[in-house]
This record gives sequence, C-alpha cells and structure tokens, in this order.
Amino acid sequence: MSQATSHETIKIDTDKVKIILATDCGSTTTKAVFIELVDGVYRQTQRGEAPTTVEQPFADVTIGAVNSITEIGELAGRKLVDENGRIIQPATDTEGCDIYISTSSAGGGLQMMVAGVIAEMTAASAKRAALGAGAIVMDVISSNDKRRPHEQIQRIRELRPDMILLSGGTDGGTTEKVVELAELIAPARPQPRFGSEYEMPIIYAGNAAAQEKVGEVLDEGWIDLEMVENLRPVLERENLGPARDKIHDVFLEHVMAHAPGYDRLMNWTDAPIMPTPGAVGDILQQIAKDQGINVVGVDIGGATTDVFSVFDKTFNRTVSANLGMSYSISNVCAEATMPSVLRWVHFDMNERELRNRVKNKMIRPTTIPQSHEALVFEQAVAREALRLAYQQHKEFATTLKGVQQQRTVGDTFSQQVGGQTIVDNMALNLLVASGGVLSHAPRMEQTAMMLVDAFEPEGITKLAKDSIFMMPHLGVLAAVHPKAAMEVFERDCLVYLGTNVAAKGLGKPGKKCFSWELNGEGISESGEMNFGEMKLIRLGPDQTATITCDPARGFDLGAGPGKKMSGEVRGGTVGLILDGRGRPLALPEERAACKGAIGGWVDELELYPKVEEAIPATV
Amino acid sequence: MAHAYTPGLKVSSWLDHRCKRMLPIKGDVLVEVGQEVDANDVVAHTEMPGDVYPVNLANLLSLPPSDVPECLVKSEGDQVKEGEVLAQTKGIFGMMKKSQKSPYTGTIETVSEVTGQLILRGPAIPIQVKAYVSGRVVEVLPEEGCVVETKGTYLQGIFGIGGETNGSIRMACERHDQKLTPDLITDDMKGCVVVGGGQMTDAAIERALQVGAAAVVSGGMDDQDLRDFLGYDLGVAITGSERKGITLVITEGFGDIAMAGRSYDLLKAREGCQASVNGATQIRAGVMRPEIIVPAGSDENPVSGSEGQVEGLLEPGRPVRIIRDPYFGVIGQVSGLPHQPAVLGSGSKARVLEVKLDSGESVVIPRANVELIEG
Repeated sequence: MSQATSHETIKIDTDKVKIILATDCGSTTTKAVFIELVDGVYRQTQRGEAPTTVEQPFADVTIGAVNSITEIGELAGRKLVDENGRIIQPATDTEGCDIYISTSSAGGGLQMMVAGVIAEMTAASAKRAALGAGAIVMDVISSNDKRRPHEQIQRIRELRPDMILLSGGTDGGTTEKVVELAELIAPARPQPRFGSEYEMPIIYAGNAAAQEKVGEVLDEGWIDLEMVENLRPVLERENLGPARDKIHDVFLEHVMAHAPGYDRLMNWTDAPIMPTPGAVGDILQQIAKDQGINVVGVDIGGATTDVFSVFDKTFNRTVSANLGMSYSISNVCAEATMPSVLRWVHFDMNERELRNRVKNKMIRPTTIPQSHEALVFEQAVAREALRLAYQQHKEFATTLKGVQQQRTVGDTFSQQVGGQTIVDNMALNLLVASGGVLSHAPRMEQTAMMLVDAFEPEGITKLAKDSIFMMPHLGVLAAVHPKAAMEVFERDCLVYLGTNVAAKGLGKPGKKCFSWELNGEGISESGEMNFGEMKLIRLGPDQTATITCDPARGFDLGAGPGKKMSGEVRGGTVGLILDGRGRPLALPEERAACKGAIGGWVDELELYPKVEEAIPATV
Repeated sequence: MAHAYTPGLKVSSWLDHRCKRMLPIKGDVLVEVGQEVDANDVVAHTEMPGDVYPVNLANLLSLPPSDVPECLVKSEGDQVKEGEVLAQTKGIFGMMKKSQKSPYTGTIETVSEVTGQLILRGPAIPIQVKAYVSGRVVEVLPEEGCVVETKGTYLQGIFGIGGETNGSIRMACERHDQKLTPDLITDDMKGCVVVGGGQMTDAAIERALQVGAAAVVSGGMDDQDLRDFLGYDLGVAITGSERKGITLVITEGFGDIAMAGRSYDLLKAREGCQASVNGATQIRAGVMRPEIIVPAGSDENPVSGSEGQVEGLLEPGRPVRIIRDPYFGVIGQVSGLPHQPAVLGSGSKARVLEVKLDSGESVVIPRANVELIEG
C-alpha cells in the first residue's frame, strides 16, 4: 500500500476532473456526496447515506461506503460501483468518477493518551497538539496531576489508546522528569485495542536533550517510538506542527490500517483519508482567512461534539468526547441533568419515560425522531450538549496560541481556566453549524435557535449551517482540488440562516433592552425590544440591511454599554433574529414561568408549527 | 429500490458458534484441537506482570540520582519483601547512615541513574481463561488461546451488565410479556440463568441477587432501576466489567417491554439446559452485544429452517421490530418500501417503510427505526 502521508499533496490533473465522489465514514452514518462539473462550475448534485459498517457482523467500513455510494448511483442514474463492489474510475459518460476521497471518524475516531511534565504547561501543549490533529484525548498524565506514580501506571494500564504522545521539558530543561514519565509508560505496557500484535506508537515530542534516555527506557518490542521536535521548545512558545503531522501519519499507518476494512478503503482513495475533525478544521480556517473574520464552527455527532474557533487568526479545536446525540446521549443527560434538558421543552414530559427513551437511543443509535414530541426533546438535549461543549472549548482556548505563537512568561504563570479565554462572543462574526441534529432539523428556525440558545452570541452574528454535512468532504477535497472545493463551498455547502442581534447584560423582564431601526432595500422598520423578548424579521437569503441599535443603560451590542451601534445584517432562510433576552442567558427557574417563556419564543420564531401529517399514522 | 439494508440482532435456534478465547498476553494453552471442553474448563493460563511501584530512592535518601546505584543493597532482578532494606547511604565516616526499606513485596525491575527511581514489580497475577461455552476446540493459537466451537441456540440481547457466567436455564415467567417480579424467583434458582418475560423490576433483580442466580434475562428494564442497581447513571454503553455478582441481559430495550415471542420460546424450549451468558455490551467501536448461548446436546440434530443470522436486506414480507417511539417494541412485517422520502410527524423528511403489525394495523415508520428479526 502506498498511502501518502497526511501532509503530502497528491497530484491530480484537475482540468480533466468532471465527477467527484466523497464519503465521510462517521461513527453512525456513512455520508456520500456527488460533485459534478455543470456548465463549467462544480456543483454538489446528489447525496447518499447508509449505516456505517465497522461493527460485527460486517466489520468492513467499505460496505457502508459502497451502500451510500450505491444510493447516489441510483439517484443520479449513474453506475458508480462495479460488480466486484469497487468504485469505478475514471469516469466515462455513464459510469464512475474521476476522484474519490474520504474522511473518517468511525470506530471511535483516534484515541490518544498524552503525557507532559507540568499539567498546565507541556502537558497542556501536548493535549492541544493531539486535539488539533483530530484526536480524542483519553487522559493526560503529568508529574503534578496529584496521582501517585503507581496510580498513574495503573491508569495507563487500563487505557487502551491508539497511540501515546509524550512531551515534557523545554529544550535543555528537565531531563529527569521526562525520563520519569517514560519510566511510568514502559512497565505499564498499555494494551492496544487492536490486539496484542499491535505495536503501540509512542511519539516523543519533548526536551531534545532527553531523546536518548527516553529512547533507552522505551526500547521495548511492543513500542514503535517516533521522535519529533519539542512541542514546547521554550516556555513562551509552542511548536505543535511537527507533533500534529506525526500524529496524522501514525493515524494512517497504524490506526486506520487496523480498523476493519480501512486497508481497502485507503487503497481506493485518491488522497489520504483524513480524520473528520481535521478536515472540518481546515475548511473553517480557510473561511476565516478568506473573509478576515472570527468564526466558530460546531460539529455535533453521535458520540462526540467538536468545536472549532478562529479568533484573531488563532485556531483552536476541542472535542467533547462524551457529548453526542446517540452513543453519548445518555451522558449528555447525566452531565447536564434532566431538569436542565427539560427547561428547553415547552410542554410537560414524563421524566421516567424520557430516561428510558434516552437509553433506547443510546443502545440503538441510528434511530431518528418520528414524532413532534421526540424531536423537541432531542433538540433540547442538543442545546445542552452544545452548551457544555462550548463551555469546555472556552476553558481550553486560552491566550496561549496555536502553532509557534508567542506569549510571555508572566502569562504562562497566570494561566487560569476560564480567565484567559480568547473566545469572545461579541467579536464573533460567523457561527457555523454542522452535524445531524443541526443539519437535519426539519426547519431552519430550529437550527438557528439551537445555536443561539447554546452559544449565546452577542452583538451582530451571522448564522449558517452546513447544508448536508459537506464540510469534511470539502476539507479533504481542498487538498486535491481546491477550485472544486471552494466552488461547491460557496454555492452548495453553506446555507445562511440569517443574523442574530443580541444585547449583553441583564435587566428586568418587560423593561427596555434596546431600540432598533432597520433600513435596506425594500425594508424600513423600527421598534423596541424589551428584556426577555425575541423577534423574528423575515429577511431573504440575498437581502442585506443596516441595523442601528440604541441599547438601554447596562446593555451592550458591541459599541460598549449603553452606546449606540450600527452594522450590516445579512438575511437568510430564517432572517433577522432580535434577541432581547440578555447575556448571559438565564431562563426563569420556576418551571411554569420557564415553560411560558420558552413557549413564547417558540411561537415568535415559528419553531414548531403544526405539521400536516404527510404520512398518516395508519396506512 | 425494492429493498434496503438494515442491521439486526442475531436470534437463532441452531447456530454454529465459535468463541475465540484469548489470553491478554502470551501464555500457555492447555487444550488441543478436537478436545471437548466444558464451560468452566480452563483452556489457557498465563501470569500477568504484577503491579508496578516506583520508589524514588534519590528523593527518599536525599541523594543525587547518579549516587543511587552504589547505595543499593539489592540488585536488579532480586526479590524483596516488604520491610527489607533496599538501599543504604554511606553516611559520614560510616556514621549517620540512612536506609530505605521496601514498601512492597516484589522484584526489582530497574534502577535509573537519571531519575534515581527504582521500579519494583509486585508478584505476578495469574490469569486463567475458561472455555466459557461447552463445545469442541477447533483451533489452537499457540501461546495465545483457542477457538471453541459449539452448536445450539444463540440469542443476542440489546444491552447487558456484568461479564461471562453460566448456569442452567430456569423460566420464571409463564408468558413472554409477563413482568418479572420478585415472587417469581425462588431459592432453588441459585446458580441458574433466570429467564423472565417483560420488564425485570428492581425488586426482582434484588431477589435474584439474593438467591444467587447467575444471570437474569428478560425483555426490558427501567432505566431508573438500572441506575439504582449500579449506583450511578450510565453515560455511555460500555459494560461488562461491573462486579455486581450477577449478569443482566435485556433483549429488547428500556422500559416496560415484552421479550420477543420467538426469543422467549427458544429459551423455554431449552429449559434445564446449561447456558453461557455474557452481559458485556459495547456500543461504539467494534459493537459488542450481550449474548446467551445454549449448546445443544451431542445427540441433538440441527433444527431445520432456522439457520443464518438476521442481517442485510429489508424486503417485503420480512419480520421487523420497531425500535423507536411511538411504536417502540412493536413487531410486524414489511408491507411496503416506498422509494421517495416522506414527511414524518416531526416535520423531518426521511425514507420510510410500511409495516403491517400483528394486530392487522399498518403503520409508516422511518427505515432507520426498524431492525430485522428472524421469522
């Protein structure tokens, strides 16, 4: 197998490409998209879905991939898979495709353990490197994590990571403590989840002076040790790139090669298979760079929720490993607590019965809500999952910046969780949603409200969603055919929902929050928002307008407390949302009042209008 | 499209089932190919390296790490008992010597000049792998384990708690939809695999634990009862390592739900037979479902028309179970597979199928919300 490493680019004659096929093998569903050259422009024309088949009895990811592609073939009237179950390449007039690419998060994604000398310094940098590469960090071991050495060894023994990232010490700094960490790993001999024959990859990215000693300690038959540059060469600077690249390479060479069916899938693709979050991160950074804006993206999946942010050109990504809508739905309810979930529901539900429903979704993760009641509950769970994931992101995305960014020693020592987050909701320009519960919500208004309720954007913020969860596909396509990726991104991927305008601050219900005036082509409106109110103004996808807001004392819309501001708002499938609920968003504690408030917002935003049963309950 | 793919649980009256019995690390395999084994027979054995205890002698003796080796009174590879002296400083003119005793019993594995740390390995931990099912060894994987083949009844549950166990099957409920209550569990069910019908109540679980039942298998259970039983709210479905003294398997799901009639009948037909049960469930990478295996006697013949497993194509006439509210747990037959997506009550658009229920009623269900079962 001659797979290119993740940071190599494969040469494809892009001028001849007419048909592109891309799949994303998620933990629950394999999603395929079909891109065609139509009148000289690349457009996404079809999509297909099938359950992912990494599990027994199938244990072959290609079955799910072929099923999703077969669905596309049927819809497009084009034969894409031959009699041997292989994708037909290159394309002819009636058959096959020119490029086939894939991303993957199936099989639980990439699971890593990281270690560093000091929890807040090298261990934190190692965690950032692993997360940036698209991994789930199972545990962080450090010399000061308050566990005794034998407890740390026991923990390493219990974990079944796909690989370990070991860091520690600045270059020329401590050697002893780094070697001590290696001495914990060597006797622990963690069992890999791919069987006893699997050589555990350990990436050492610590003090260069300790490489030799670390090499001696980890010179074991079951370890495949790789050395890269120190990820924290000096205290004031991180150098995460080499460690991230090595993680991607090891992911392809070791982890993917052991997952069921991936050896075949890797041979089919025209570019290296990327971890799904890595591909989404790439495309979001591209948007932020092209438009010069601050972006937050979220991808809520079945098992995990990924949050990506780009603030002042600094990229951060976090994975909330057990916040998701199917495999992890029970954990969301446990972490958030059921009353917190139910506060978003505007009617009464039986908690005991709901608990059973949640567990049934957990054990049968591919089911979808059929009734209106089930949908409202699932979207309530999603709000809590998103809220918790964003909270974790804010705590993690601190002023220590990504690759080769500078910070002062003083900053390092004053690093406090939550105190130095670089996430600034007032500076946020664009909030992008992706993942089943957001992308597949029956009404765009529901998607918009889930975002606003969970992320609490302040000032003027555009809202968009990934139309059919295409960002991973486009992230990897950008590496082989950037023109096609950007054309599809502009025309078919992002669906603008509209703009949210919200005031920061708190007040008394019914008292003035801000007055507003909206002017644009064909629109001239004004009004006043009281605290606790929401208003939806329909503004079409191609419409823009200028809004001028005059906040009451204590409220801020971006110009400062009580100061008048104005800015451009963009319409969308939902329109302009005026949010007078204040920030931080606080729902009434008393259940009846809370139900009433939520009910009012549901009505104003037309979230759940009566659905004409297009299919009767009984045929 | 006349059919669609959907996964399902395996329920079969006659299945050739192979169990791979593997050691976590290399060791000795104690059986040969062709050997008949009982569920409780040990088929492989090894010793896991003992727990590791680092002892930082440099810190404890206030020495530079490089001085530690010359102060050792024991060498690498030596066995030491708790309280035995590991190292002693030279002191000043032979006076004021400081020594460090071993805090644990074990073997000295390494001593580092860089860190001054001594790694002590505790006594080896014996590991035995049992056959788990009665059957015949069909393959030996040298130093690693073996494969045991058995023929008989095989059922996959949807969710379980607790690890491998075995016992004879005892039917506690008279019908597949009868709730499993404590009064149905008797003292003579000690060591048995107790089969209920519908929901297993918390009191019934408590009673089964009290009489010493090996396992309880029933249609459903209430999540609140599971929480009370475990003592915590289960966040993700990765189970099997619980040490509650009993293995629980639910075949259908959470709530008041009856066991599928066919599953109940299969187990009832094997009442009194030895069954192997594993509650381990992992609904993530490499999905694992709980299972009940009832090996057939050597004189039994295959039951005709019941082999194969439930997977693959969703076609008209195939029996399915609805796995989501508002029809959760209801069983019927596929009566139609409309090609075009349809709008659901939730407002979502999805591909659907028509299911004719046993009651005669027909309902439309998203394709994602059914699973195939054997007819």
